[in-house]
Amino acid sequence: MLSLAWLVPVFPLIGSIVTGFFGLRIGKDAVGKVACGSVALSFMTTLIILAGLVMLPEEHRIYEQVVFTWFASGDLVVDFGYQIDPLSMVMMMVVTGVGLIIHIYSIGYMHEEYSYYRFFAYMNLFMCSMLLLVMGNNFLLMFIGWEGVGMCSYFLIGYYFEKKSACDAGTKAFVVNRVGDFAFLLGIMYIFKEFKTIDFTSVFAAAPNTLIYGGEAVTLITLFLFIGATGKSAQIPLYTWLPDAMEGPTPVSALIHAATMVTAGVYMVARCNALFMLAPMSMMTVAFIGGGTAIFAATIGMAQNDIKRVLAYSTVSQIGYMFLACGVGAFTAGIFHLVTHAFFKACLFLGSGSVIHGLHGEQDIRKMGGLKKYQPVTYLTFLISTLAIAGIFPLSGFFSKDEILFHSLVDGNMILWGMGVSGAFITAFYMFRLVFLTFHGESRVDPHVHPHESPKVMTLPLVVLAGLAAAGGLLGIPLIKGAHLLHHWLEPVFSFDMKAALDASAQMMIKEGHHVPAWSHLLEKEEHGLAMEIGLMLLSLVIALSGITAAYFFYIKYPTLPDRIMQGQWGYELVKNKYQVDEFYDATIVNPAIEGSFFLWKTCDAQGVDGAVNGVAKTIAWFSDQARAFQSGFVRNYALFMVVGFIGFLIVVF
Amino acid sequence: MFLTLVTFLPLVAAGILAFIPKENEETIKQTALAFAVADFLLSLQLWADFDLTTHKMQFEFNVPWIETWGINYHVGIDGISLLLYIMTTFLTAISILASWEVKKYIKEYMMAMLALGTGMLGVFVALDFFLFYFFWEFQLVPMYIIIGVWGGPRRIYAAVKFFLYTAVGSLLMLVAIIWIYFIVQDKTGVYTTDLMYITQRLDIPLSTQKWLFMAFFMAFAIKVPMFPFHTWLPDAHVEAPTAGSVILAGVLLKMGTYGFLRFNLPLFPHASNEFLPLIAALSIIGIIYGALVSMVQEDLKKLIAYSSVSHLGFVMLGIFAFNHYGLEGALLQNLNHGLSTGALFLIVGMIYDRRHTRLIKEFGGLSKQMPKYAICFMIITFSSIGLPGLNGFVGEFLVLLGIFQVNLMYAALATSGVIFAACYMLWMFQRVMFQELKNPENMKLPDLNFRELVLLVPIIVLCFWIGLYPQPVIKTFDASVAHLVDQVNPKNFAPGGAVHAELKPGHAANGKSEVKE
Repeated sequence: MLSLAWLVPVFPLIGSIVTGFFGLRIGKDAVGKVACGSVALSFMTTLIILAGLVMLPEEHRIYEQVVFTWFASGDLVVDFGYQIDPLSMVMMMVVTGVGLIIHIYSIGYMHEEYSYYRFFAYMNLFMCSMLLLVMGNNFLLMFIGWEGVGMCSYFLIGYYFEKKSACDAGTKAFVVNRVGDFAFLLGIMYIFKEFKTIDFTSVFAAAPNTLIYGGEAVTLITLFLFIGATGKSAQIPLYTWLPDAMEGPTPVSALIHAATMVTAGVYMVARCNALFMLAPMSMMTVAFIGGGTAIFAATIGMAQNDIKRVLAYSTVSQIGYMFLACGVGAFTAGIFHLVTHAFFKACLFLGSGSVIHGLHGEQDIRKMGGLKKYQPVTYLTFLISTLAIAGIFPLSGFFSKDEILFHSLVDGNMILWGMGVSGAFITAFYMFRLVFLTFHGESRVDPHVHPHESPKVMTLPLVVLAGLAAAGGLLGIPLIKGAHLLHHWLEPVFSFDMKAALDASAQMMIKEGHHVPAWSHLLEKEEHGLAMEIGLMLLSLVIALSGITAAYFFYIKYPTLPDRIMQGQWGYELVKNKYQVDEFYDATIVNPAIEGSFFLWKTCDAQGVDGAVNGVAKTIAWFSDQARAFQSGFVRNYALFMVVGFIGFLIVVF
Repeated sequence: MFLTLVTFLPLVAAGILAFIPKENEETIKQTALAFAVADFLLSLQLWADFDLTTHKMQFEFNVPWIETWGINYHVGIDGISLLLYIMTTFLTAISILASWEVKKYIKEYMMAMLALGTGMLGVFVALDFFLFYFFWEFQLVPMYIIIGVWGGPRRIYAAVKFFLYTAVGSLLMLVAIIWIYFIVQDKTGVYTTDLMYITQRLDIPLSTQKWLFMAFFMAFAIKVPMFPFHTWLPDAHVEAPTAGSVILAGVLLKMGTYGFLRFNLPLFPHASNEFLPLIAALSIIGIIYGALVSMVQEDLKKLIAYSSVSHLGFVMLGIFAFNHYGLEGALLQNLNHGLSTGALFLIVGMIYDRRHTRLIKEFGGLSKQMPKYAICFMIITFSSIGLPGLNGFVGEFLVLLGIFQVNLMYAALATSGVIFAACYMLWMFQRVMFQELKNPENMKLPDLNFRELVLLVPIIVLCFWIGLYPQPVIKTFDASVAHLVDQVNPKNFAPGGAVHAELKPGHAANGKSEVKE
């Protein structure tokens, strides 16, 4: 059953080719069927593979399949190979499952589009790339997927290519991602230099015996990889492309810019846990960048008025949580949040799409309000997902976020926990601000627009996703022994033997004649009581509820209050203008680069280098002109030169 | 003999064309194309018969030419030259098909094109200094004519500049060749210009190596072109007709990198190692400088020309990594650049044929009007950016991996090129193909016709092939690259060491097709 793995990315690839090349000929209905059908086949194959993997004994749950050798040079051999293990399985389930739901939704959402086929061709190609990313058994195959999803994201952000803003956003996304890829590539090359292989299993198995704990090599490798992750997963300082990416159609935002692609960085870090565990400095960086992004993006989310942009900043912030978890070594918690986030954020985005659809393209929440009576299904599903993201018991977000906060305190420190908790408060606040402004209160909708509920093909996916968002927490029930399914499932991937690694490092250091520092404190596990765990849970619940209450006060009870308070406040302006980060980048990087390039071209190249060449040519021409004077054509002159030359020759010789 | 046949077939075809009356334009074009395609197919046979296990020259043919000076007609091919050779026949055929719409002097144009083909092929197979120099100078003439007669408004300036630049470099090379000739004569007592013979026996002190290296370096660096010898390239590209640009980018620049592989590295291994920092610095400057200048170009052809400076920087860097990855990456990147940039010039040529302008600001929104064109352009754009799955990536990665083994800083600086490549290509693509279709002159542009598709589709297929399954290509390089890596390994060129001791003077190389080790 596991040997079917290679088929999983092939189905969407075929779908993409069929819809892309024959889309106009076969018509819209057929395009929709082919596109969704191919993803459905992928999903079903994934289920079969899951069954196959479950049946294996726990310690053997890893299956590698080499389709062919992609390329080999010297001792570098790169296989086009897949690795099925618990971690990639989780990702495959999320990608194909959520992907299928969003594909179905798109049939309704994109129905009026002329280039419907183009949209589905890109979407299917995206599925194929994303599956390669999560299924690859080595760093370079992962990189194919990594770049492939980037390319599809570029196409889909710029789907409305006649709009300049959409094109700009697409180009920006690709270029910013490339900054991350630059570091990712360096990381891969560094790994090859140290390990002489780039296969996951070999690298991770050899890591403790090759790299010294906290050494330069492993720190640089992991930092390079992490910079790559910040690009794809929109973390500080490379997050600026994601809010702009909302120019793409809403299903794209749901699939690529919320549920799957942007979490690829988290997957990559989790996949490389064996490396990151060896690099405490990098782990700290991951945790602080994650926590910092979580709170930073959340504050921006408070002051945005575009429904999709609020969700975009929310995504940036939530991925920050996932990195926070990874950074404190709670990889399971990070992946858990990745899964639940895929459910509720996809639902939120599709819900916002349903709202936009119902309002004929309106995205400004100041022109919404009171929509719950027109769009009851959308409202209800949106509300459930909002409660989930805010972390209200017993919805999925509660479990996953709470686990992250718990670990950030126990395995991290107070600062990280503080970041997480304040982020949680802000999240609850801005998400309910969004719900209240969109669905509650007086209608501020343009009187010419008549809001309506979306068709079944769109609301049904919402219901399914809302159900998943509500029940997803069952994957990881805390406190009760053995009930944390995900933890148990992922254990083989994330079981890192710290003691053995430290021993190996110590031996390597002794061999090199270095002093071995005292590492024993790293192995001590702090005991924490059950009471503390429950206490923290209640605390985060209280914090979420207070965020909701605050939003209620500001946007339901006293709707005029926000304007009065915020007017002229510099803090509000700063947040509303997104801390001017884009402007800062433009002023410090983009514009100098363009102006500098003009200088290089007009001054260095045209005047400097070419000027020098032309100068040489002119000098030679000048000398030639002088020399021409001798060629006067008069025989007597030539005779004179001959005599002068002959005398000169005699003088030189004698 | 077969190799000679394939090499000279285009020249023969040019001779045949001379006898066709110039009114029969269709016959002329068809004959030229038929010969070019036949030559390409014949060259594929070379690949089929190629022995992958050896680094030795294959299909060798060696006869005395000017016996008194020890000059032979010695040709042969190995893993380094084979695919460049095949790419040359391929691009010659493509170029001839791309020139279907040339209006004036079509007969002379086709003759020049075919003669150019033989000139370029000769460069890649010549195994004799004199023969190499002969072909090296020979191919200049038809290219000079192609730019000078069929070029754009400033064609004379560009053609002269192209000619002079190359000629200056070649003169230095000639001096170096003569010097080597006498060194060898002095050491072994044999008058010979045989490259294989000399490569095995040339044993000179570092100081001499450095001088000779610099002389060859000038000739090849101008051709590549490396920064700061690149300024002839934008002018030549902008003025050259489409097919001229394709050949220029696809083959002529590769003659420079090929020169480094065939001459500088094996002949002067010690000097090569000594000059590594200089070459790496120039290559890295080229990568970044070319990309930045490319970003702000207003003329499409200039943009692609500067991007070539950037791409060739990668190739040079890979060569001077002196390891397996770097060299194979460089060879692969040579081919990739030929395909992608060749295709880009074709694509620009197609739009130029329709609009008679190449200024980016004249375009915008063409995707809507020309969807097939848009797809082809997009694929080639991503291939040029180096997207994994397309041809550009594997070569680029191997080059970077190779230089990474040498120096982390070099690798980091060079890798930044992947960011800039995305900047200039995608920004250009956006302004030409996306955004609103505003210019009324662009509203009625016809999409690609059948001939144009026939030009682009084979290149696109090759792009995917090399991107997804480059093994057959890389394997072709393997043995020769391994040998070259050995040659430049500092362990193996101890000056005056025991390796050369058993060589006795008087061992004639003349007229022998195999030189014993």
